[in-house]
Amino acid sequence: MKRWLLWVPLGLFAVFFAIVAAGLMRPKDNIVESKMVGKPIPEFTLPAAVEQRPALSNTDLAIGEPQMLNIFASWCVPCIAEAPQLLELEQAGVKINGIASRDTPQDIANFLNRWGNPYTRIGTDVRSIVQLELGSSGVPETFIVDSKGVIVHQHVGDIRKEDVPELLKIWKDAG
Amino acid sequence: MIAESGLIALWLAAALAFLQFALCTIGLTKGQDQFFAAVRPVAIAQGVLVTISFLLLVWLFIRSDMSVQLVVSNSVSMKPLIYKISGTWGNHEGSMLLWVAIMGVAGAAIGVFERTLKLRTLVTTLAAQAFISIGFYAYLLIASNPFERSFPVPEDGQGLNPLLQDIGLALHPPTLYIGYVGLSIAFSFAVGAMINRDVGPDFAKAMRPWVLGAWVFLTLGITAGSYWAYYELGWGGWWFWDPVENASLMPWLAATALLHSVTVLATRDGLRAWTLMLAVVAFSMSMIGTFLVRSGVLTSVHAFAVDPERGSFILALLAIYIGGAMALFALRVGTVKEGSQFEPISREGSLVANNLLLSAILGIVFIGTLYPLVVEGFTGEMISVGAPYFNLATGPVALILVAIMAAGPLLRWRRDKAKALLNRISIPVFLTTAALFALVLFTTTMSVLSLLGLSLAAGIAVASFAPLWKRNLRRTPMHTYGMILAHFGVAVALVGMASESSFTEEKLVAATPGDEVTVNDWKVKLHAIEPMAGPNWTALEARVTAQYANGTTYEIAPQNRMFPAAQTQTSEAALLTRWNGQLYVVLGDSDEQGRWQLRIWWKPFVTMIWFGGVLIALGGLLAMIGRLRRAVRQRKQREYAEEWI
Amino acid sequence: MKAKHQRLTLVLLAVAALLGASLLAAYALQGQASYFYTPSDIAEKQPEVGQAIRLGGMVEEGSIQRGADGVTVEFVVHDGTSKQPVIYTGITPDLFVEGSGVVADGKLMDGGVFVADTLLAKHDENYIPRELEGIDMTGTQHKTETLVQ
Repeated sequence: MKRWLLWVPLGLFAVFFAIVAAGLMRPKDNIVESKMVGKPIPEFTLPAAVEQRPALSNTDLAIGEPQMLNIFASWCVPCIAEAPQLLELEQAGVKINGIASRDTPQDIANFLNRWGNPYTRIGTDVRSIVQLELGSSGVPETFIVDSKGVIVHQHVGDIRKEDVPELLKIWKDAG
Repeated sequence: MIAESGLIALWLAAALAFLQFALCTIGLTKGQDQFFAAVRPVAIAQGVLVTISFLLLVWLFIRSDMSVQLVVSNSVSMKPLIYKISGTWGNHEGSMLLWVAIMGVAGAAIGVFERTLKLRTLVTTLAAQAFISIGFYAYLLIASNPFERSFPVPEDGQGLNPLLQDIGLALHPPTLYIGYVGLSIAFSFAVGAMINRDVGPDFAKAMRPWVLGAWVFLTLGITAGSYWAYYELGWGGWWFWDPVENASLMPWLAATALLHSVTVLATRDGLRAWTLMLAVVAFSMSMIGTFLVRSGVLTSVHAFAVDPERGSFILALLAIYIGGAMALFALRVGTVKEGSQFEPISREGSLVANNLLLSAILGIVFIGTLYPLVVEGFTGEMISVGAPYFNLATGPVALILVAIMAAGPLLRWRRDKAKALLNRISIPVFLTTAALFALVLFTTTMSVLSLLGLSLAAGIAVASFAPLWKRNLRRTPMHTYGMILAHFGVAVALVGMASESSFTEEKLVAATPGDEVTVNDWKVKLHAIEPMAGPNWTALEARVTAQYANGTTYEIAPQNRMFPAAQTQTSEAALLTRWNGQLYVVLGDSDEQGRWQLRIWWKPFVTMIWFGGVLIALGGLLAMIGRLRRAVRQRKQREYAEEWI
Repeated sequence: MKAKHQRLTLVLLAVAALLGASLLAAYALQGQASYFYTPSDIAEKQPEVGQAIRLGGMVEEGSIQRGADGVTVEFVVHDGTSKQPVIYTGITPDLFVEGSGVVADGKLMDGGVFVADTLLAKHDENYIPRELEGIDMTGTQHKTETLVQ
């Protein structure tokens, strides 16, 4: 009777391992697609975030060519990490509009001066109301919008170097 | 340069760990003893190098070196120095570096101080320690490099979470880690013992001080963490059964069982299998705790960066180390000869009960912590398991445990009689019964658990000192005093817990300056609300006076602080401590009518919770010192005797 | 034979103790675990009145109203589809503002109002509790508890 008892701890650990491994696999599905994918950009108008760029409203996002909408903030560290990739995309011909979430003009201006400014227009969303309506759950997030202003893709989190080719492809196909 | 040096030091330490492992393994398998001579120095060198690496990271934080990504994410130049330093470990990478640093130092300490183990067992122990370190070095160097540069270099950092800018929390992780990771020594010892089939009193005596040392730190770390949460989080609770808290409690439960078990092995050569298993389980719980906190698998109010990739890496390490050790246990322990026998009613018997009950509590906490994950896996539903479950499930078991704690030290080794025990314990039993009656008669607010807890505490407090009865106090060994103090500390903490949960009084008001509120024996008056500023924060401070029934008036000042760098706000509670309890005042928001929310608690004897914790740790410290002194004295006597021969 | 007898007794006691503890744990889990609901979940699944629930969502703009006693607050939680009124007595967590995310432990009462015992908050700018992924959330959270009546 005693022999098999000795294997119980290992058995329990195996069960624990299985449960947790299954749990780890899960978060990949939990990066939930915004409920808005496939839907048009909701109506909104945001004032200009900084002097150097005009204000942003939903009509600017349905202009007959695909573009990207990037939600960022000066206090967001991954936004610094993705800044080079945004500049790279802009140089590849992508029009990028920005929404600054819960931020101040001075901080946004400083952020853009330091990390680069790939945006055509930037709206300031001080209470993150528009961000909520877009189904965004944090910063940074980037939406790819087609020529009619319908959301075709949502990229949650910062854009890494390896993400750039795929995003470019989706943007081209968005026509 | 400094960052690169830190990284190089870390690589070197990892290389030395590899060398340590290689030397030990080759020496053991090829029977080449000459390698063994090199093992101690290598372990020491590894410890030194990894410490250097860690200290270099601290230096980067002190200098606010913004070219290092970690400093950017977790520091801000206007922070006070102490919080810059503590910022080093207030994040994932830094705390992992602290982890391996302590593992390295622990290995070095074994290399320097361990003289009683047989050579083969010592070498195997150091091999195991190195093997575990290698995995964590790999994790750091591959997946969590603390020295990564940030480019371009930002002007200033993104600040540290203001909640972590607190002296208690600054010191809490290192203390806890020394405990957590110190248990790795016990783990390695057990692996060494199992591989070499060297399990006996000598082995236990060698392992015991290390276990006690780690346990003392763990006890202090948990106590400090609890007190920190109590005054920092602002709503008067002292334990939330949060997964991160549970992650520190589970190793502690295993370590407590282990330190009792190892004594049985040391003095009576009993509980061999238990001791080995507990040594493995204790550090396994430390590793599992680390994993749970960092993998994002569980939601927690204090979890670190959530990253499934990192989680997978650690999970793989866990599989190798814990799975390996447990497989070793299953394969080897069957061949370990059984220790000496004993009867159910005996000191050994009570310690087995102790082990079982502690393991049961460990299991209950473990299940409760993982249950949300299981349910989500099978049904997709999200649930949360909180205090109601944990208190209900662990409470009764814990009460039985403390009752046995009172009786155990009064039992004889090997064999005793129930009637004799009842005789010895008659006074505590009487006290408990009397307390129970008194409480039932004179109080109305107590829950069953608190009622029983407080009554038991009365009996236990006296029973703790019973081993001193009819003993020559000056010739009683220091470790016995340690045991008495630790058990007494449990009674003290129990009083605090029961009292806090049953007798706390609370008032919540919207006050204008000039208003007065009565809470228990206190008259609390709000005088004014004024702006204040600190090194990296601004605040609104309430000027409050509290007058006790005896006329003494105290001034206190709860605040609402704003941290511009982190764009967050925290509430700083004001605490007034008397011998019989604490007045706890929190400032809330104002409304349009200029009224300010004030929440006031009177918590009788709440400080005894942490005072008890400190006593427990102190008792452990006495026990450890006592044992070490005795071991040194015995060795000197032996050496002296040998000189004469 | 005697020693074996003792051993058996010990083992049986051990098994009984562990079994007892497991049953206690299972019973406690059944009764005390609380399920997570968004306002839409409440509208669809209609949980029982008085059942312990954890409610999560966003605080609706313009919905925070402080009661006359100065310490009770009423607000509405929404998830983009449905709304759930909540009432809470106590000091609200720091950063509890309209538009921010909130997780509340409490019960649904007769009449459809959710009475919250605790409001939950979290301390890292980029943290989103797993339950709320898919619901919008920025900002950080703190936890406070309601007045014990």
